[in-house]
Amino acid sequence: MSDIEERVKKIVVEHLGVEEAKIQSDSKFIDDLGADSLDTVELVMAFEEEFGCEIPDDAAEKIVTLKDAVSYLSANSN
Amino acid sequence: MRRVVVTGLGTINPLGNTVDSSWNSLINSKSGISKITNFEVDNYPCKIAGSIDDSKINDEIVNPRDQRKIDRFITLGLIAAEEALKDSGFVSENENSFRSGVMVGSGIGGLDTIYRNSSILDNQGIRKISPFFIPSSLINLLSGHISIKYNLKGPNSSPVTACATGTHAIGDSFTIIKNNKADLMVCGGAEAAICPLGISGFSAARALCDTFNDYPEKGSRPWDKDRSGFVMGEGAGVLVLEELEHAKKRNAKIYGEVKGYGMSGDAFHITKPSEDGNGGYRAMEMALKESQLNSEDIEYVNAHGTSTQVGDTIELNAVEKLFNSNKNLFMSSNKSSIGHLLGAAGAVEAVFSFKSLQSKTLPPTLNLENPDTKTSINLIPHEAISKTIKNVISNSFGFGGTNASLIFGN
Repeated sequence: MSDIEERVKKIVVEHLGVEEAKIQSDSKFIDDLGADSLDTVELVMAFEEEFGCEIPDDAAEKIVTLKDAVSYLSANSN
Repeated sequence: MRRVVVTGLGTINPLGNTVDSSWNSLINSKSGISKITNFEVDNYPCKIAGSIDDSKINDEIVNPRDQRKIDRFITLGLIAAEEALKDSGFVSENENSFRSGVMVGSGIGGLDTIYRNSSILDNQGIRKISPFFIPSSLINLLSGHISIKYNLKGPNSSPVTACATGTHAIGDSFTIIKNNKADLMVCGGAEAAICPLGISGFSAARALCDTFNDYPEKGSRPWDKDRSGFVMGEGAGVLVLEELEHAKKRNAKIYGEVKGYGMSGDAFHITKPSEDGNGGYRAMEMALKESQLNSEDIEYVNAHGTSTQVGDTIELNAVEKLFNSNKNLFMSSNKSSIGHLLGAAGAVEAVFSFKSLQSKTLPPTLNLENPDTKTSINLIPHEAISKTIKNVISNSFGFGGTNASLIFGN
């Protein structure tokens, strides 16, 4: 597992209160991990904080799985 | 005519996180007032409050991850609601959910959440504001959360009448059931304003006690000559009100009946009660009229009694005037033990009023060493009194000149 994936997973565990073992790379935050729409806004804020970047709203809307977050942050974080 | 009874009680307050634990402390003359330790109060004129230790917050009722998304007043309200609903034994099924509502209010709601987010906005900018900021601080979100958690789809609202909120919530719920708009209402109040903005704001209004910082337990002293303002408390009180036949049909335990509800406005001043006590008098008179009782039928007054210089005397005078035919009247203030829970005060005091009826014990007024007015009313100084009573009146008065009174009986 990449360092970025590890850090993203940790944030998801913390914010959604799900067990780490249950998170697959294609698990959807809302459909599979019990998040609601406000949770996903907060998740994106936590990613921004952790990776020191700003995720624009149109990009944030496309981050619906762990994999989406990891690939966006791999390409865009410092 | 539809009669309204109480079938469930719940509270978390500075004396305990259940009805029984806090009631036992109350009638054993324990104080819930201590030094404020959850934030730095060196520069504050008032350094004491009735705080609830975080260890008393039951994480099994509201898990810590959810607590982050709601202001503390909502957490406290959910804890009291869980106890009240469990106590009532009522479970909302689909066929009765539309006839079961929620009305739990708060005086100020998510004040600390608003303060924190305001600082974040100023210091870190708009992108750092949490999406949960608004729903965690709005007052009616407590009623919203309770309705979602327990499937209660009837009337849903939240009164906001400062320190009279809890009493108005119960009274309005009583009216809703009486008028056949619901069969059951989960009602009460919750407050969590022991935070920097809350303490500094009430201090600036010169409302808080600032002369007993070294002796916190002595600070709240209704009717005593050395009182210097109220001591803030936090917590929640929730009651399950139910139409009598509805309660009987499901063999619910019945604590007693809500018999009358009165309310009035002072039309006088933003923070001071009207000097002649007419507002409080009219609220009590209206409740008495609805109850169809006589003034001598009221044996105990669960007072508003905040420990402020003018308020205590004005209430006492109004009670004396209305109940002068009763030569054996008792009156005490729970705020001497738990402080002033603002929007939750009337609800917690209603819970304790039902315990007074049930357990035949009248709780004491702590710290009443030197009453500053002569009265024939027994203000129950220091220690609880064993006495069987049939009817009690509970008063709440709030900033803005809002007054509410409820009469409960067994």
